[in-house]
Amino acid sequence: MPSTGRATRIARALLVPVVVLVLWEVISRTGAVSAIIMPAPSKVVVRWWDYAASGEMLQDAVGSLYRVLGGFAIGAGLALPLGLLMGAKSWANDLFDPLLQVLRPIPPIAFIPLAILWFGLGNPPAFFLIALGAFFPVLVNTIAGVRHVDAIHLRAARNLGASEWTIFRRVILPSAMPYVLSGMRIGIGVAFIVVIVAEMTAVNQGLGYRILEAREYFWSDKIIAGMITIGLIGLAIDGIMGRVTARMLRWHRGMEG
Amino acid sequence: MSGPAAIRVEGVRKVFTTGGREVVALSGIDLEVATGEFVCLLGPSGCGKSTLLNAVAGFSPPTSGRILAAGREVSAPGPDRAMVFQEYALFPWMTVAENVAFGLEVKRRPAPEIRATVDAWLEKLRLSEFRDRFPKDLSGGMRQRVAIARVLAIDAPILLMDEPFGALDALTRRNLQEELLRIWSGSGKTVLFVTHGIEESVFLADRVVVMTYRPGAVKEIVPVTLPRPRDPSSSEFNALARRVTALVMEEQARHEHDERSAPAG
Repeated sequence: MPSTGRATRIARALLVPVVVLVLWEVISRTGAVSAIIMPAPSKVVVRWWDYAASGEMLQDAVGSLYRVLGGFAIGAGLALPLGLLMGAKSWANDLFDPLLQVLRPIPPIAFIPLAILWFGLGNPPAFFLIALGAFFPVLVNTIAGVRHVDAIHLRAARNLGASEWTIFRRVILPSAMPYVLSGMRIGIGVAFIVVIVAEMTAVNQGLGYRILEAREYFWSDKIIAGMITIGLIGLAIDGIMGRVTARMLRWHRGMEG
Repeated sequence: MSGPAAIRVEGVRKVFTTGGREVVALSGIDLEVATGEFVCLLGPSGCGKSTLLNAVAGFSPPTSGRILAAGREVSAPGPDRAMVFQEYALFPWMTVAENVAFGLEVKRRPAPEIRATVDAWLEKLRLSEFRDRFPKDLSGGMRQRVAIARVLAIDAPILLMDEPFGALDALTRRNLQEELLRIWSGSGKTVLFVTHGIEESVFLADRVVVMTYRPGAVKEIVPVTLPRPRDPSSSEFNALARRVTALVMEEQARHEHDERSAPAG
């Protein structure tokens, strides 16, 4: 197959989005669809700019990110040591696995009513829900990572005279890292979903709260501007996690480049 | 030879139980390896040569009998019997230099000493320019060089090698064989080297221990007195290789007979 030029590939990539945007703009301008249902893309852009320029966007984003990072730190911070223990020691797995298996299939969002009863409104229930959302992906992956340590590495370390603690620290932990990091990447993605829902129900601030508030005023252009902001931040978080993972796993197969 | 033998295997028997069936992997092995000697364990797959090596390493204790290393009974793995694995077993998250340093760090040697020892071994195995690479970026031959440097760095008196060159191409293998002999000669180290390569065993060893197929036992010990460096194309070398081949083929025939009559096993 002849290789396609870079310019051609960019043009192809842009074609469908441009056509969709133009059609959307035309339909909205003709007034065929009400601006409440479908505001024109040009209006959304203007509204997005106002949202950004007023400083409101920054404030919302900082609030949401604060909750994501705080909740994630709690959830991952509990899941990591527990996962290491459960992966390494069968007695720990026997103790905790049954309860965790029962709790795991419950979506964190289903905990919202209970979270509000327990913690009231504001950041505390959000931290709880986000921590819960991040907890299980990190836990499950950490357990898998510890269990997938290659037996030959354990044998080599023992043969070189390493103690059990040294083996844990210098063999089991690093070889579990690819799993742990992919669990964290999933976990922070879940945390970002949960924060939006939490802000729509229990918190009066942040990106999720803002788009719900815009709905009250039928500001559809602002709803979409908020959604775009949420999407961009989600993309940025995942990109940063990907960079961190690649940096920490330079040694790993398939991580080159 | 003065003092106790480097390795002494006394009446070692090893029985595995798989699926309720008992398999005798080793039966009544007696073997003595002198300090500074290079001994190859040779036999078809299933003859228990790796099982014996693992028992000497302390990974899997014998069912009965005992193994002495420098006069002390083996009960666990230890850095006095350093192992080189066919699969290299390098730690992929450590660089070449970190891999070589690992055994010394475990021993809590002072940092300047570790640095000097690692540098010296990297130099000797021509790995210096690869010191900051990760194993995934090295060829098989290079990786095995690192694994060898890693065990040499801890200065183990006994080297246990489990088909270390089995996965390498012929040229790399010959290269590493020569390098191993160069490092071993005059080092006083004892080498127990498992292989299924007849030519390899005759090229390397002071004595070749030919093992029987299932249960594994010592069939015959062939001393190799040819002076080193040995020339595999010489008639003396070939005469010896033919003799060893004849011994191994008898066991290989039993191995194949077994496979035909018990395909499920």
